[in-house]
Amino acid sequence: MYNYNQFDHDFVRNRVNEFRGQVVRRLDGSLTEDEFKPLRLMNGLYLQLHAYMLRVAIPYGTLNSRQMNQLAMISEKFDKGYGHFTTRQNIQYNWPVLKDTPDILDALADVEMHAIQTSGNCVRNVTADHFAGAAADEIEDPRPTAELLRQWSMDHPEFQFLPRKFKIAMTGGPNDRAVTKAHDIGIRMVRNEKGEPGYEMLIGGGLGRTPMIGKVVREFLPKADLLPYVEAILQVYNLNGRRDNKYKARIKILVHETGIDTLREWIEEVFETQKSHHQAPPVEMIEAIEAQFQPPKLDNAKVDEDKLSKVISSDPLLRSFVETNISEHFDSNHAIVTISLKPIGGTPGDATAEQMRIMAGLAEAYGYDELRVSHEQNIILPHVRRDDLPEVYKVLKEAGLATANVGLLSDMIACPGMDYCALATARSIPVAQELSNAFEDLKLQQDIGPLKIKISGCINACGHHHVGHIGILGLDKAGVESYQITLGGDGTETASIGERAGPGFSYEEIVPAVSRIIDRYMSIRESKNDTFLDVYRRVGADTFKEALYPEEAASA
Amino acid sequence: MSVIVRDSGFEKDTWETDGGLFIDLEKYGQDVTEREPNKTAIDIPNDVTVESLKGLFNSAAMIRIPFPSFADGRGFSLAKQLRQQGYEGKLRAVGHIISDQYGFARVCGFDEVEIDFDMAGRQPEEQWLARVPKQDLSYQNLLMGKRPLRNI
Amino acid sequence: MARVVYPKVVTANHLLGGDVIYMTASGDWSRQHEDAKLYEDIDEAEVALKLAKGQAHMLAGPYLADAQLGENGKPEPVHFREAFRTRGPSNYPNHGKQAEA
Repeated sequence: MYNYNQFDHDFVRNRVNEFRGQVVRRLDGSLTEDEFKPLRLMNGLYLQLHAYMLRVAIPYGTLNSRQMNQLAMISEKFDKGYGHFTTRQNIQYNWPVLKDTPDILDALADVEMHAIQTSGNCVRNVTADHFAGAAADEIEDPRPTAELLRQWSMDHPEFQFLPRKFKIAMTGGPNDRAVTKAHDIGIRMVRNEKGEPGYEMLIGGGLGRTPMIGKVVREFLPKADLLPYVEAILQVYNLNGRRDNKYKARIKILVHETGIDTLREWIEEVFETQKSHHQAPPVEMIEAIEAQFQPPKLDNAKVDEDKLSKVISSDPLLRSFVETNISEHFDSNHAIVTISLKPIGGTPGDATAEQMRIMAGLAEAYGYDELRVSHEQNIILPHVRRDDLPEVYKVLKEAGLATANVGLLSDMIACPGMDYCALATARSIPVAQELSNAFEDLKLQQDIGPLKIKISGCINACGHHHVGHIGILGLDKAGVESYQITLGGDGTETASIGERAGPGFSYEEIVPAVSRIIDRYMSIRESKNDTFLDVYRRVGADTFKEALYPEEAASA
Repeated sequence: MSVIVRDSGFEKDTWETDGGLFIDLEKYGQDVTEREPNKTAIDIPNDVTVESLKGLFNSAAMIRIPFPSFADGRGFSLAKQLRQQGYEGKLRAVGHIISDQYGFARVCGFDEVEIDFDMAGRQPEEQWLARVPKQDLSYQNLLMGKRPLRNI
Repeated sequence: MARVVYPKVVTANHLLGGDVIYMTASGDWSRQHEDAKLYEDIDEAEVALKLAKGQAHMLAGPYLADAQLGENGKPEPVHFREAFRTRGPSNYPNHGKQAEA
């Protein structure tokens, strides 16, 4: 857990004061709305459909109980008593008023948080594997690097007015839980043949109107070269990225139009210059950052396995929770607990102030004071002793937070859609709610097995629909909501972009359509272990299209 | 006429009244020997490569980089590249720049910013002075170069 | 099929609160769509929009939205987006304008 030094404190507080001044200058006419807009966006403040929305950064999704409690406090004092956790591991407040936002930012600064660069055409909040520092399969914790990048990108004088937004994601091992291949820059911790630590660098991934999987621009980048290299990528993009068309302005289009090999040459050339003009970060700074991400001093008393398994097997609901929401920790006495923010019929990613406090309390009592936000809009307790699981479960259950659906059908990603977002072309939350209700039986969901449904309310794809096993995209078709289905997407290390299944479905038709896909999958899978994605990759789209469009299939 | 913003505040633009010339890069031509470098400023577009300007560095006392919109940040990278490639003359940003960007412009290598009277009226001097950078205090300096004035 | 041309209302978000607002016949602003002045004439609507743009100190993002005369004789939205703006989010019926109804 990174703790601010005096410089961080001063920087964030100074930034709040700057923003306070900008609000005053907007009101007195010094700044036009056009000029104020990018400035407020750089501080996380959007103007949405019904109200302002403040997006608070949770760098690489890591926070402690004090911060979670403060998020709860803010939601009660300045909002409507809840918050929405997002696919960028952030939290959004949907109802703040303009004059309160500087005070909210001050309240965040009190607990070493900010909303800087959570929007605008700049480097956004750096995301990372939500199991970082706890996962059994990790090569190295990516968060010290993510923190380095956070600091480097803060108020970077050259890169605040890029052609378009710029997103960086990191993963610490071979299993990609951070969708790194769908980011402007994706970074994976690797070792070279000499065993030295470094990074595999990808660029040009992204979803949106033209979804693309990132391409490797450098197979191995020594750790010390990271900042000049990233600086080189950004400079090449800032100067060459398209500014004539917002939909062609992301770096993925530059990669696509220029070619990765040419772009690599440009980047390498600038990189050499950057290296000669910049010093590597001082070793003591790097070490100071790394020291703050050491795993907590884990209680290594041996778990009484017999006793634990008796307790778990005596309660079918607990057993199902443990089977679904628990992941392997690097320490065998511990486990990673995923708290689902996807209750049946609920709004994906929403938590009430009370729930935030309960999760904070659990982190404090059983979780070495650590919490994570996942890009799948859930909350993680990364270090929990396995013999504490029954107690943790009990507390979660009382708070309505024990839904045993992680990785299953109702663990959907959904963007806010037209219920909140000014850019949306259709609603996405109610679609998620109705799908969840239609499959409310968790036993059925468990039988269906691992399934990722992702819903976006517009082409910008904040709901990651392109990388959903089943993706749903809400559009406005001649004044009516219409939902397009994509199949076979995957956001992990085996990333792929989903294929469009055919014509869209109306709001009333979309849930039955998804049900037909599920029915077809269930009828053709070879065993319970034959997952939806496996089947799709083996048999292809045709059988699912036939299930989706039975009339066309019949007339063909 | 326009207003020049420097760290000391607003000033009149005296470049042309003092006999200086602004010459578009495309009209700059091959023969630059007849011009007095200290009276010459080059107006470059913001999509030019710095590599192509290298031969002109000593022929002009000023390079002026346009900001067609404050949201177009190419000028920041161009200024930085010019400095990295060894240009030591004056760098001026001209066009739609807002006071909130003044510090960025300075840190990227600009010496001054040229704004019109409308902007100077709407965003008076004190709003620009508030953005004069405290050079040594930035994450970038901490991580990639200069040390801060005080201990962290 | 020819595209239907609908009458317009002038709408925006309130600068301080962010709330959806509509321009009334007197040139004031109301939080309720039914109070909006309905412009049959696009030129008149454009003039009103220009007026709204001149009030940047109290609102943000003014634009013309399609609307029509409802059965109760008051303007109502045409497009579903505008209908949502008159109500609030569908996942929390107790939030937004719908909570006051």
